[in-house]
Amino acid sequence: MKKFNLIPVSLFGLVVANGCFAQQGPIPIVGLVELSGTGATAGTNFDNGVKLAVKEINAAGGILGRKIQYTSMDTQSAPQTAKALAQKAVDEKAYVVMGPVFSGSFIVSMAETKRAEIPNFTGGEAANITQQGNPYVFRTSFTQSTAMPKLARYIKDAVKAKTVAIVWVNNDFGKGGRDSMTKALEAQGIKVAADVSTDPGQVDFSAAVLKVKQSNADAAFVYTNEEESARALREFRKQGYAKPIIGETTLTGQKVIELAGDAANGAVAHVGLTVDAPQPQIKAFDQKFQAEYKYKSDHNGMKGYSGMYVVKAITEKVGKLDSKEFAKALHGATIRAKDYPGVLLDVHFDANGDLDRESFLVKVEGGKQVVTATLPPVSPIQ
Amino acid sequence: MVDLVQLIISGTATGAIYALCALGFTLLWQASGTINFAQGEFVMVPAFLMLFFINTAGLPMWVAFLLTCLVAMVLLGYTFKRAMVDPLIRHGVIPLVIATLGLSIGVKQLVKAGVTAQAQPFNSIFPDGLLSLGALKVSYMDVGTLVLAGLIVISLQTFLNRTVTGRAMQAVAQNTDSARVLGINVARMVLYTFLINAVLSVVAALLVTPTYLAKFDMGESIGLKAFYAAIIGGFNQTRGALLGGVLVGVLENLTGAYISPAYKEGVALMLFLVVIIFKPEGLLGKTEERKV
Repeated sequence: MKKFNLIPVSLFGLVVANGCFAQQGPIPIVGLVELSGTGATAGTNFDNGVKLAVKEINAAGGILGRKIQYTSMDTQSAPQTAKALAQKAVDEKAYVVMGPVFSGSFIVSMAETKRAEIPNFTGGEAANITQQGNPYVFRTSFTQSTAMPKLARYIKDAVKAKTVAIVWVNNDFGKGGRDSMTKALEAQGIKVAADVSTDPGQVDFSAAVLKVKQSNADAAFVYTNEEESARALREFRKQGYAKPIIGETTLTGQKVIELAGDAANGAVAHVGLTVDAPQPQIKAFDQKFQAEYKYKSDHNGMKGYSGMYVVKAITEKVGKLDSKEFAKALHGATIRAKDYPGVLLDVHFDANGDLDRESFLVKVEGGKQVVTATLPPVSPIQ
Repeated sequence: MVDLVQLIISGTATGAIYALCALGFTLLWQASGTINFAQGEFVMVPAFLMLFFINTAGLPMWVAFLLTCLVAMVLLGYTFKRAMVDPLIRHGVIPLVIATLGLSIGVKQLVKAGVTAQAQPFNSIFPDGLLSLGALKVSYMDVGTLVLAGLIVISLQTFLNRTVTGRAMQAVAQNTDSARVLGINVARMVLYTFLINAVLSVVAALLVTPTYLAKFDMGESIGLKAFYAAIIGGFNQTRGALLGGVLVGVLENLTGAYISPAYKEGVALMLFLVVIIFKPEGLLGKTEERKV
């Protein structure tokens, strides 16, 4: 009598069992976030935003009746650590990966999630993130190539500047922003009078600010990460710089205002998300975040929070936990805040994973962001 | 020309902070042969201590400063000497160098994990605004830093040169055996040096943290630059530390403004290399001879 071979049968059993387990129990979602290093401010806020959303979603019954099990891992703001942790997230069979927030880390780590066909949300804004044909990449904020033209128009029409000095941080985020802004300014006929590169984690901005002053430009455009933005604003104040200081998102972030103190007053920025926006769902988020963490969220907290609700909306649309189907469904999707208030604003994702929605112009007055204008989406959301 | 003068003034102010730290390096080296590679963290810890006293205990800045000086003298002066330097120094400089490197990493991780990994704001003790002297505009912060650091340095020099204790400390620095023969309490003089180093670190923290922001890794840059400054000026001369600090601060500023901000951070290292190659004892240092 032929012996019955148990090995292949056992293996088949294990595979089947594994598949069954994947559709039961908590949904594993991994956060690759900058909890230390130069990106600690951004990463911690993003992580807290995700955690708040997870808490709310779980309290409301989870996604498709299943609770989310969220684990955050510290990339230490280092791309190689981010890549190694992305591999770990793949090994842990994450349904979706949130982060990293820093573009430089994300560009390195996303190869791992792409290989495993896991949707990966980023808080990064570097334009080239979504220009590499990765179908599993999705943003939680604007790409620089969307945000900078809006800002360049403001510099031309409202500030009426003919020349601008650009101070940028020499990493993927900064380089991408500087290139997009230079192009956008040129398109508006504005000349770049000084192009000042600074280092990530730089502590002394005296020379950079002096360069800006020497250029005699009509305005300064500062595009650095949070801590560096605060140090730059302090130095601008210290050197008595009296011309407009303009930025994109980070410059007027909550943490920057806290760190820069009075030196932040007067700074103007285009922001994709701000807790000071007038929308009721954003006000509600602000209250909940402050109640949970005892401080005011910056845009990164909002990115993490809204990103998690996008995961919920699309998974419920697909009707099952299938990473590939999730990615397909999110391309071209529109999610409305009236259906899912957690997404904060009506949002549309294009075929590259870039998003479009309303945005805001803010000015720091008395240590607070004041929304001076609401800008419409680049294309009307249907 | 006005720009140049402004740059020199603000560079001197920054350099004065480096000099305070560099002074600590030279004092410890002269008194006990200690090279403390955790010197940058000795600036970071007082910054967080002051923040604790101000934000949590609700104390005014000057009280927080004085309390921090006391805590720093106990923690970064006495305890550091007794727990790390005394047991290791008898084995030579290298074990102590390695131990202080370890201490630097340990303290950073402790603050990162136990306090916060994020930068914290720290208010300047000087007002905002600019002091106008004709076309020349200098910030109150730079002027204040320069004056305070200058006062500290002058007071220290006066103490070392004009008081019995100061001279005894110098005697210990010059020749420990002779000092002991002369009846000087060497152990006490060495301890005083460690206590002075702790206070210098607190002053440096008070001056530099408004710009650097309080963060667990804020000491990396200042510690390294102070070390370079001490070598550049002369590791065995307190005047050398002053010269080295100011030189690094001014040259950094000039390089950033007239060449490129991108090269600014490398200035101290370049200067350090040039001095090591052409004048290894430092600009004001004396060649140390060893009996064999």
